[in-house]
Amino acid sequence: MTALLEMRSITKTFPGVKALDEVNLTVRQGEIHALVGENGAGKSTLMKVLSGVYPAGTYDGEIHYDGALAEFRDIADSEARGIIIIHQELALVPLLSIAENLFLGNENATRGVIDWPGTFQRTTELLRKVGLREAPTTLVDKLGVGKQQLVEIAKALSKEVRLLILDEPTAALSESDSQALLDLMLELKAQGVTSIIISHKLNEVRRVADTVTVIRDGTTVSTLDAKTQTITEDAIVRDMVGRDMAHRYPSRERRAGEVLLEVEDWNVWHPEHAERQVIKSADFHVRAGEVVGIAGLMGSGRTELAMSIFGRSYGRNISGTVKMHGKPVDVSKVHRAIDAGLAYVTEDRKSLGLVLEETILRNVTLANLDGVSRGGILDDNRETEVSEEYRRAMNIRTPSVFQKVMNLSGGNQQKVVLSKWLFAGPEVLILDEPTRGIDVGAKFEIYGIINDLSAQGKGVLMISSEMPELLGMCDRVYVMNEGALVGELTANEASQERIMSLIVTE
Amino acid sequence: MALAENTVEENQPKGVGEYLLGHMREYGLLFALIAIMAFFQIVTGGTLLRPVNITNLLLQNSYIIIMALGMLVVIVSGNIDLSVGSVMGFIGALAAVMIVNYEFNFLFTILVCLLAGGVIGAAQGYWVAYWKIPSFIVTLAGMLVFRGLSLWLLEGQSVGPFPQQFQVIANGFVPDIFPEGIGAALAPIFDARQVNVLALCTGLIAAFAVVSTGIRKRARNRAYGIVDEPRSFFIARNAIVGIALIFIMFKLSTFRGLPNVLITMGVLTIVYAFITERTILGRRIYALGGNQKAAKLSGIKTERLTFLAFVNMGILAAAAGLVFAARLNTATPKAGFALELDVIAAVFIGGASMSGGVGKIVGAVVGAFLMGVLNNGMSIMGIGIDYQQMIKGLVLLAAVIFDVYNKSKQG
Repeated sequence: MTALLEMRSITKTFPGVKALDEVNLTVRQGEIHALVGENGAGKSTLMKVLSGVYPAGTYDGEIHYDGALAEFRDIADSEARGIIIIHQELALVPLLSIAENLFLGNENATRGVIDWPGTFQRTTELLRKVGLREAPTTLVDKLGVGKQQLVEIAKALSKEVRLLILDEPTAALSESDSQALLDLMLELKAQGVTSIIISHKLNEVRRVADTVTVIRDGTTVSTLDAKTQTITEDAIVRDMVGRDMAHRYPSRERRAGEVLLEVEDWNVWHPEHAERQVIKSADFHVRAGEVVGIAGLMGSGRTELAMSIFGRSYGRNISGTVKMHGKPVDVSKVHRAIDAGLAYVTEDRKSLGLVLEETILRNVTLANLDGVSRGGILDDNRETEVSEEYRRAMNIRTPSVFQKVMNLSGGNQQKVVLSKWLFAGPEVLILDEPTRGIDVGAKFEIYGIINDLSAQGKGVLMISSEMPELLGMCDRVYVMNEGALVGELTANEASQERIMSLIVTE
Repeated sequence: MALAENTVEENQPKGVGEYLLGHMREYGLLFALIAIMAFFQIVTGGTLLRPVNITNLLLQNSYIIIMALGMLVVIVSGNIDLSVGSVMGFIGALAAVMIVNYEFNFLFTILVCLLAGGVIGAAQGYWVAYWKIPSFIVTLAGMLVFRGLSLWLLEGQSVGPFPQQFQVIANGFVPDIFPEGIGAALAPIFDARQVNVLALCTGLIAAFAVVSTGIRKRARNRAYGIVDEPRSFFIARNAIVGIALIFIMFKLSTFRGLPNVLITMGVLTIVYAFITERTILGRRIYALGGNQKAAKLSGIKTERLTFLAFVNMGILAAAAGLVFAARLNTATPKAGFALELDVIAAVFIGGASMSGGVGKIVGAVVGAFLMGVLNNGMSIMGIGIDYQQMIKGLVLLAAVIFDVYNKSKQG
């Protein structure tokens, strides 16, 4: 097979930082090439160089595409040559239909007048190709993230894509949606589309990739070829972090104390569709020092359960009892839930967890301003001390706590959110997808933090879509399906198969 | 302490150029004000900084600045209030009708008016905070309603004049508490007809307070290793502010002394700067504007905060209405017309962000002064209202473009 793309000695410097240092990447015609590396390793920068976001001349090195030297001036330039990037944050217009989105900027029109029948016909064809059964007129708004991802791919296909680049396509997808997406990638490969996938999920990388290139600290560390060698996850991880990670999940002494949080007969209805019951009579408890998982598919109601308990931040007509230390507590408002000893670390840290424009310091103290003030007046010194303390304890990588959080990587942002809630001094923390979209190294650190919390006697309720993570971390796992807790497994009983079978059979 | 050691190394002071780039906005605003003042001082042949004109400048802009304080809070919280001009006019009308037509006691009237302002703010804030109706729409409606109410209240007529005690709010001066002899003795030294010792002392004290708190803050920050402003900048900035304060107060002292309004404005500015920068309440307003959902999930009562921001705005608009009416010595149906736009412009020139969460009280005040100096300087030069409007519009646009440009540069 010949190389479709060859990036040779790409070096890209920003003021003060060398983001890429002599990176080489060779992608063969018709293969699926995985690009892995920790956050901040330079994967996105490399893709931006490739797609012309950083135009020719702003970097050193050469890009050879389709047998010729390519010097892309901008994204339109690279797109015209069939290089299409699908970003992690989807770029669809929610209130336009699928068809309108597919041909946005590339409308099927004569003299500015859109040919709707033609557009719909082509949309239907494209949707069939990606296996999405939706009407072309459906608003994107009404689709789940998984389906939106498929629309993005259909959009790429509409542009005669030759090299498809997917930046963490499954980060926000459920297990089954992820599988469907990976299947689609294999199918596109069969049709001759070359793709590059950036992913943190190594099992997925192993499943689809023909070649894996590992980038660390802006340089190419290794290129593994599935044809000539067996690629193991351990091998990839070793290259990514530069050390052996014998234990993906740090061990912890398991000892559960008294029951801290008890939720009984919890019912929640949908905020807009009053007839839809989202949570159905959920009962669960969390003990001191225990890490309890909630497994379930995307949309099974895990986040809704957590948010409805945390100050009724979701849903309506909520009924049920929440007890702490055996006594009923009022959790009807967020501040009351905090006072009762709860904390909720959201799955959506950017829009629900952080004030991105503010500094680390101001984010860390936000949920407990009383703890850094006297008589309503803030104590700057105390705030600095507190946030510095968390910066060190959590190993938040930043030159100072006066950095805006938007400049931090995903893993470090997550540590800021965790710091905020730890400083609020809760007894039970609800962690909603605490490791989503963050790299292996940071994940390991977060697991360590969770273990520390449990050692301090705090209760942890952990919601996760990654089953290995739940199995590796939890003492007990509740299985959730369609708004109901359908099973409870101890660490010894739990396995991926048992969890899946509980979801499927109920 | 261990903390300091750890951070000092990692926070090596950056280069002067890099620092300036990061803080372009704050210095830019200060330099712009100085440059504009210098420009008008020259082209008006020294009229701009005459004591009588400085006094005028302060009186003319007092009500804008008072409202800009409240508007900054509203804008930082992620909202906007288009009704303040109308509310100001309405409160002026209310005061005039109560005092002139019904002969109520003026103190009682002031109290009622401030209360009415609060109620108006509450009435608008209620819809914005608890019903999630966009503030643009609610206050646009309010703008029309209160414009109409002023017309109705005044029956289309101007009502005035006010009794002397009321006029003093805007046009009065703080009497010199020092014996006359001192002022008289100082006068020849400064080559002035008279010297108001109180004003002079206030200037010195204010300058001292600004510089000494600056030095103390810098020393404390140094202990934490978080000083990033180069020494030269620190000295220059403090010197400019200190000298400007002394200079202005000196000029005022050779005219009639400290205007009452200046005291009101100064106290309010300090109070609001303190609230926004040093209190839990202020911090929460920034968080609310920065990310309402995250703020709410952090236990902040976002609805109540939004509501309070509007109540506060209403009270300040009422205060401004009283000052305005007292200054003109009459309430007219046109009072406050389109003034909300000047107030909003001042806040944006001062560096606030349309999307909320960003902005400073001092910025808003400087922004208001910048607009005020432009107005005043152009009027002295005899530039027509047509050009004045165009120039003010372009200045607003330039300020915001400058913001956006800076932001994109910092990446």
